[in-house]
Parts: sequence; structure tokens; C-alpha cells
Amino acid sequence: LASCSVCIKMSAISATEKVDGFTRKSMRKAQKQRKSQGSSQFRTQSSLVELSPLPHLKDTPSTEQQVLFVQKLQQCCVLFDFLDSVTDLKSKEVKRATLNELVDYVSTNRGVLVDSAYPDIIHMISTNLFRTLPPSENPDFDPEEDEPSLEAAWPHIQLVYEFLLRFLENPDFQPSTAKRYIDQKFVLQLLDLFDSEDPRERDFLKTILHRIYGKFLGLRAFIRKQINNIFLRFIYETEHFNGVAELLEILGSIINGFALPLKAEHKQFLMKVLIPMHTTRGLALFHAQLAYCVVQFLEKDSTLTEPVVRGLLKFWPKTCSQKEVMFLGEIEEILDIIEPTQFKKIQEPLFKQISKCVASPHFQVAERSLYFWNNEYILSLIEENIDKILPLMFGSLYRISKEHWNQTIVALVYNVLKTLMEMNGKLFDELTASYKADRQREKKKEQEREDLWEKLEALKLQDVSNSRGLQIAQNNNNNNNSLTNAEEPNTSAAITDSVNSQTFNCAK
Amino acid sequence: MAGAEGDDSLYPIAVLIDELRNEDVQLRLNSIKKLSTIALALGVERTRTELLPFLTDTIYDEDEVLLALAEQLGSFTVLVGGPEYVHCLLPPLESLATVEETVVRDKAVESLRKISQEHSPVDLEVHFEPLVKRLACGDWFTSRTSACGLFSVCYPRVSSTVKAEIRQHFRTLCSDDTPMVRRAAASKLGEFAKVLELDYVKSDIIPLFTALASDEQDSVRLLAVEACVSIATLLPQEDLEALVMPTLRQAAEDKSWRVRYMVADKFSELQKAVGPEITKNDLVPAFQNLLKDCEAEVRAAAANKVKEFCENLPEDSRETIIMTHVLPCVKELVSDTNQHVKSALASVIMGLSTILGKDNTVEHLLPLFLAQLKDECPEVRLNIISNLDCVNEVIGIRQLSQSLLPAIVELAEDAKWRVRLAIIEYMPLLAGQLGVEFFDEKLNSLCMAWLVDHVYAIREAATCNLMKLVEKFGAEWAQNTIVPKVLSMSNDPNYLHRMTTLFCINALSEVCGQEITTKHMLPVVLKMASDQVANVRFNVAKCLQKIGPVLDSSALQAEVKPVLEILATDQDMDVKYFAQEAISVLTLA
Repeated sequence: LASCSVCIKMSAISATEKVDGFTRKSMRKAQKQRKSQGSSQFRTQSSLVELSPLPHLKDTPSTEQQVLFVQKLQQCCVLFDFLDSVTDLKSKEVKRATLNELVDYVSTNRGVLVDSAYPDIIHMISTNLFRTLPPSENPDFDPEEDEPSLEAAWPHIQLVYEFLLRFLENPDFQPSTAKRYIDQKFVLQLLDLFDSEDPRERDFLKTILHRIYGKFLGLRAFIRKQINNIFLRFIYETEHFNGVAELLEILGSIINGFALPLKAEHKQFLMKVLIPMHTTRGLALFHAQLAYCVVQFLEKDSTLTEPVVRGLLKFWPKTCSQKEVMFLGEIEEILDIIEPTQFKKIQEPLFKQISKCVASPHFQVAERSLYFWNNEYILSLIEENIDKILPLMFGSLYRISKEHWNQTIVALVYNVLKTLMEMNGKLFDELTASYKADRQREKKKEQEREDLWEKLEALKLQDVSNSRGLQIAQNNNNNNNSLTNAEEPNTSAAITDSVNSQTFNCAK
Repeated sequence: MAGAEGDDSLYPIAVLIDELRNEDVQLRLNSIKKLSTIALALGVERTRTELLPFLTDTIYDEDEVLLALAEQLGSFTVLVGGPEYVHCLLPPLESLATVEETVVRDKAVESLRKISQEHSPVDLEVHFEPLVKRLACGDWFTSRTSACGLFSVCYPRVSSTVKAEIRQHFRTLCSDDTPMVRRAAASKLGEFAKVLELDYVKSDIIPLFTALASDEQDSVRLLAVEACVSIATLLPQEDLEALVMPTLRQAAEDKSWRVRYMVADKFSELQKAVGPEITKNDLVPAFQNLLKDCEAEVRAAAANKVKEFCENLPEDSRETIIMTHVLPCVKELVSDTNQHVKSALASVIMGLSTILGKDNTVEHLLPLFLAQLKDECPEVRLNIISNLDCVNEVIGIRQLSQSLLPAIVELAEDAKWRVRLAIIEYMPLLAGQLGVEFFDEKLNSLCMAWLVDHVYAIREAATCNLMKLVEKFGAEWAQNTIVPKVLSMSNDPNYLHRMTTLFCINALSEVCGQEITTKHMLPVVLKMASDQVANVRFNVAKCLQKIGPVLDSSALQAEVKPVLEILATDQDMDVKYFAQEAISVLTLA
């Protein structure tokens, strides 16, 4: 009998599944995905006292309203387990109704926020909201592909957030009174919640933190510093934090309000946090917000353009084409607002990179970079500096126009070449003429490099068998610099480099 | 040789420097990776006076390049002229220890730790310790985090005044404003404690430990749990209760599951560090709580430790504690709602039988094993089956065989091929323990069914499995039970199955021996040489090459050679190739 039931079970497995086992990832995930998750706060499942409804606030004489308000706040401090959908149904409903009433009470009435109510208000909020977020249901949660787990207690938590927001926005709200309760610890716990997987929760948090930043001047520096810490941890330690986009959005509006000249602290934040943030894996999730912040900084202070662009070039994606497209988008946003003097400072390294992108075998990368030539302002900048830019771009464009597999790219490249030729026909002709010779020179240089290394390797081998080799090498060192001199006027690209190596020689 | 020819254009530093500065990152990276070669070419003096200053200045580069540089410098001592010059390496490493990228920084710290050992005590105080101090007082958090990893390597070898300064710096970093620094300090707390004098452990480390363990960030608190193991090992037993236990108790009940997880994860180490008495009084209830934790992550971590925890209980009370405190929790975990918890438990639960002995196993554990063998999650069942040997030693496998069979059959046909693969791998073990009759009766057909699985990996594993079974049961058994079935597949309409016959012969010929191979297998192989599918034909060639050494020379000459010669003139390129290869390997040409 037992084996019979086994047989039945077996036949239930579909033939396709048996064939490859590589059923689509999303399908498999959908099967095991659980919709909601509880917060990690129900340690002891002691049975609760059942809540009983209190009289309505609006039916109570105004003299007694304050006492009842506080009673209701206290009633709302009782927590329920929402993963268990059958217990405490009545009490859950009582609390929900009470929370609704409280939201209504603080948003429509004037004069209800007396000083003595603040501690109870904050206590109710803290008890409900501040909790350790549970471990993610799905350890390799991919925010781009997977459905987030939603907070099970949302029917209550949503109302508490709503209440907090209305409380902060109430015209009678007194930051001077509230600052004793809405303090650094409060903010820190609020920031921890930004890691919630539930987008609805993060959305509330965003608005609330923004209000707090606006109303509590004393907390501003602290909030910025803590966001800084969250980001650094995200970039360099965990690579995981769900609320990055929301925090960046808040920052976007904060940066807008920075006074000029920018403080060193803010510049440091830009260079040491925002720029390295481009390296993280989940960039696609918050790139729009991040690029907005970066551009905000540049609009404030254009002298930051050079370090920012150099920073982006340093972190330019090596293997991820999707990210490369995002970087190109951000560069275009920067170029849209760049000052011509700043452009001159970064044109060389920038167009070396763009030249590589144009030649990318990934057609989206190539296409995105070629679109720069559709931008009137960029075009005018290029034209102004055509003597510098054309030599950087020419090689790639010329090669791609003959080699790229994608016809759209080839067509785009022709247009770009045509535009460039119109800008400076003479230089264009010269470059066309010397193209072959340049390639040969490059090849020759490459060969020389290889020879050099071969000799160095030989030296190393020789050294292992004969320690005297080291001395010979030393003697030879002092003799000759002719090779370097011969190398110097080689490519137009090596301008900065040769300057450096001269300083180096001087230092000797 | 370059040197011998007197090639004098080879070593000007500028050429080498240009290599290190090449525009192409990949080339730059290659050059940096061969930095030792460059240093060798320059000689020790120019390496010190020219190369190192250059490297110190080029710290603004791709992290990839910096990582390679940081690594290289750790083994550069010889190249700068030995230990008396090792301090020359400090400036570039100091800069590297302050960069943002964690991987680079960690590598720089690793190299600094390495070369610290090559400093003389004087150099350590003159050069190395000031560097540590500078890092510890750095403006940006990166240098301070790096400093945390360097205190313990210089502390034992410096004078007592400097020691006092180092302790002071460490204290400061433990209460740093930036959580990253506090995390770095917390993660080095145990290591630092080990090099401190016992009095300072008590007076300095304990307050730091207590403070870090109640930090506002759970990511700091959980690192303190790790330090707890080292600290508890250092202290005499009588001090543990007062100095360590309050903190540990608090950690086991922390409101953050991450901290509780860490306690569960480190439980065996903690148990050893605090000793039997405290284990009995404190850790047993703590362990029970962790096994009943509200978060599955914590329960799974604790479940993983069940066997080790029980093993390490003091012998006099081991059985009582297990029976009255641990086992009730374990029973609940068997029907946990989370499959990771159940499968963690299943991977260790069988180990309890050796600790509890035969009677307790039969009475208390057997029902749990049986329940887990019927679990809905295949991983749980697999984990039980993979640990059968523990039970076999105590009560014999027969007690389980009735329940084993349905479990095995179900796994053998699981929809996920990785599950099927896993169970195949346990077949030889099971066969050995269950005996040949049981195997023939119940499992043999399964083993044959895998040979025609839809997934190649399964067919391959099934082939290998047959070989192992023959090793266990002998050639005669093979001839009677396996070989006929395998050979009959050579007429299968599906060419993949026909190829499976060849793969099986490849695996079996050696264990079956010359007689069976020549008499039964070879004729089938030769017949398949005229198969219409080229893949089958070239596998015949490969197969002949494989079984050739098992055959005697007359069979090779008379039967194999003509067939290979025909195949060597096949129309198909691959068939030709493999036939020719076989001819030359078997030296039949």
C-alpha cells in the first residue's frame, strides 16, 4: 500500500520538470514565495488581555478628551501577532479602529497636542514601529526580480506611521517640546527601519524623516552622519540595504538647500560616499536618485566637476554593460550642465573612456555613447575643443565603422564621423592618412613591451641560479636613458604621463 | 641571457615606471603583479630610494591595482635588502591602509602584520608603532579601522610605556563615533586580549567587552560574542561568572536575532570556553531557548549544534541533561515549520545515537529518525540517509529498513535531479549496510532505472554507482544481475541509451575482469561499431581503447584491431580520430 501511494505521487511530477530540472527561476521562486512576514518581536507568546473599545473621542466633553486620548494611546501599545491570522481578531479590530480615530483626532483638531501628551505619543509610536526587522525570507533576495516580503502587521503599522506623520504636520506641533523625545536614539531607530523590504513602509519613512530633518535643526548633522554610516556600510561591508533609494531621495532635497560655499563635510560626502556608491551591485535600483544627487552637487559648485568625473572614470564598470549604460547616462546629465572651462579640464580622460565605449561590442553601450552626438550642447563643447577630442575619438570610430557587428551602430558611427569631419576637415584628413602608421607604431610598442618583460623574466630566472645577476643589473641601470627618450614623443595620449615621468626624472 | 650580452638599455627605471603607469589597467595590473621582477632588476638600493617613493605617490589608482600592490609589498623584505631595511615598506603600506575599498585595506593590514614580524624590537618602536598611532588617530574612519588590526602584532614586542599607549588607543577606538571602527575594534578584541597581560585583560578588556556587547548597533554587539570565546578562555574559572557571564546571558536574549544567531553559531566554542559547571547552570537553559527561538535562522543555527553540544556536556550528567532538557526541544524541531531548521537538525540528529546508546536510541530517537525520513522536504530525508552509518554502529540499520525503502524510492524519483544525484551517491554505502539480498530485492531496479534518466549527470553517476556496487558485491554478482541488463540496452532505439551501455562497460570492465569482459562485453561493443549514429561509433572506439588493457593480446589482434581499422576509415571525422587514437594507444598499428 505504501509503495502504491509513492507511485501516485511520482506521476504527479510533470514530464518537463523531469527532463531538465532547470525550470524557470521566476517560476520556482513564485512557488515558494510567501507573501508576508512578521516582525521579529514576538519572543514570548503570553496570552494577552483582550482589548475593549473605549468611548469615542468626539462623543466626549472636551475637558475629558485629553485623558481619554492618553488612554487610547496606551491601549495602542499592545502588540499583536499578525502571522497568526486567527487569534485576537476582536482586539486587533479594536486597535485598528482606535488608531484610525487617533489619526483623525490629530489631523483635524486644533489644540489637542498639549505638552503632557508628547511622552505618551512617542511611546506609542516607538513601541509599535521600532522592532528588529526579521531575516529575509529569501536569503538571495534580488530586489530587481523578486517580490518583496510585506510586513504582516501593516494594518496597524500603517496607521501608526500615518499618525506620526499627522502629528509632525499638526500646526500645533512644537519641535522645542518634541526634541526631548524625538532625539538621536529615535532617529537612529527610524533609520534602521529603512532596511525594511516592504516598499510601503519605506515610503512612509522617507516622508517622515524628511519632515524631521526639516523641523529639528539640531538633528540635521546627526541625520546626515548616520546616513553616511549606513551608506558606507552598504558600500564596503554588506552590499545590502533596502532603503538606499529612499535615503538618496531625501538627500537630493537636502543637498539642494546646502549653503555656499560648500562645507568640507559635504564635499567629502560626495567624493567618499556618493561616488564610490556607483560600484555597488544593485546600482540599477537607485541610480536615478544617485545621479540626481551628484548633479545637484555640481549645480551648487561647478569646481567639483573634475574630481567627480575623474571619480566616475576610476570606477567605470569593467564587465557590467548594464551599469556602463547607466554611467553614460549620468555623464550626459553632467555634461548637460557643465561649464566650458570645467569641460576642458576633463575632456581628455573623459573622451578616452567614451572612445572605448563607442567601440564596445555591446551595442547598447556603443549606442548610448554615440547618442552624445545628438545633444546640441555637448556637440558645441566638442566643436570648441575638436583639436583635442578628434584624435582621441578617431581611432575607435574609424575601426568600428568597418568592424562592428551591429548595423545600427555602424550607421551611427558614420554620422558621427561625418559631424567630426565637418568640424575640422584638415585634422580629419591627417588622422585618416596617419591611421595605419599609428596602428603600426602601437603594435611595435606592444612588441617592445613584450620584449622588455621577456628580458626581465630571464633576469629573474638567472637570478635564481646566480645571485650575481643582480649586480650586473645594477651596473647597467646607471648607464642609459636613451630608450625612454626615444619613447617619449610617442602618442598624443601620453601627455599627462610624460609630464609625470619628467618630474620623476628631476626628482632623481 | 640579457645580462651576459651586456644589453644596457634594459633597466632604466623610467621604462619600468612607465610600465607601472600604462594607460591600460590590465597592463598596469600585470606589471604590478610582477613588481618583484622590477625590484629585482633595479636592485635593493634603487628599489628603496626610487621605486618605493614612486609607489607611495601613486596610491590613487584602480582598487584592483592597489590590491595587487598591497599583496606584493607583504613579501618584499628581501627585495629592499632584508629585515634591517624592512621599514622602507611602511610608507606605501600606510597609504594603502587608508583607502576606502575594504579588500585593499585588509590586504594592506595583512601585509603590515606580516612584515611587523621582520622588524627588530627597536625598529618596531621607532618605525612601526608610530605608524599604528598615526592610523589610530586618522581623520577618516578607514585608517582607524586598519589600526585595529595592528595593535596585537606590535604589543608583545614593545616597552611597557608604549604598551600603555597602545592600550589607550585601543580603548579610544572601541568607543569611536563611527560604527565601522567599533566593528573593526570589536572583531579584534579577542585577538588583542590574547596578547595582553592577565591583569590588563581584567582591567581593560572586560569593560570594553561589556560596552561593545551593549552597543546600539547589533552589528557591533554580535562581534562581541565572537570575542567572548577568546576572553572566556583567557580568564581563570572563578572570574568567569562575574566578568563574562552577565554579558553572555544578555547576548543570548538580545532583541536582535542576529546577535542570538551568533550565540547559537558559536555555541560549542562558548561551551568549551566557560567549562562544565557554567554549561550546566547557564548554557543548558540558554540552548533550550535558542532551539525554541522565534526566528528560524536562530533555531537552525542552534539545531546544527545539537550533537556537538551534547557531546561536550560533562559526562556525569550528560544523559540526564540530554533526556530532560535537550531531547524535548529536539522533538519539537522535528516538526518545525521551517525546512532549513529541520534539515539542519537532520544533519546532526543521527549523531546523538552514539552518545545515548542502544536502548535510548531505540526508544527515543528512532521515532524521530522515522519521522524525518518521511519529511516532505527531500533535503531532510537526504540528510538522514547520509548519516545512516552513525546509527548502524549503534542499533544496526535493519530497524530502519522498512521506513528507509519508501524514502529512498521517493528520493530516487525526485523531480530535482540534484536530489536524485545525491541519493545515488549514498547507494554504495546503503548497499553495504543493507546486504546483498535486500539490495537485489528492493534497490537493484532503481539503480538500473537511473541508467535511462533524462539527465546526463544522473546517467553518469549511475554508471559510476554500478562500478562501486560491483566492487562491493563481486564480479559474479555483476555477471548475474547487472551485466545482462546493461548489455540489453545496446539494442535500445534511443542512441543515448546505447551509449550508456558503452559508458557502463568503460566503468565495469576492470572490476569485472578479463573473462567477463572478453566473453560478454566485447562482442556487444564490436557489434555496435556498425551503429548508424556517429556518436555511438566513436564511443565504441573510445571504449575499445579503454577496455583494451583488460583484454588479452589474441582478442586484441583478432577482434579489436579489424574493427578499429574499419572505424579509422569512417566517413565521420570524429570517429576516425578516436579510432586512430585507440589504435596508437593500444599499439595495434
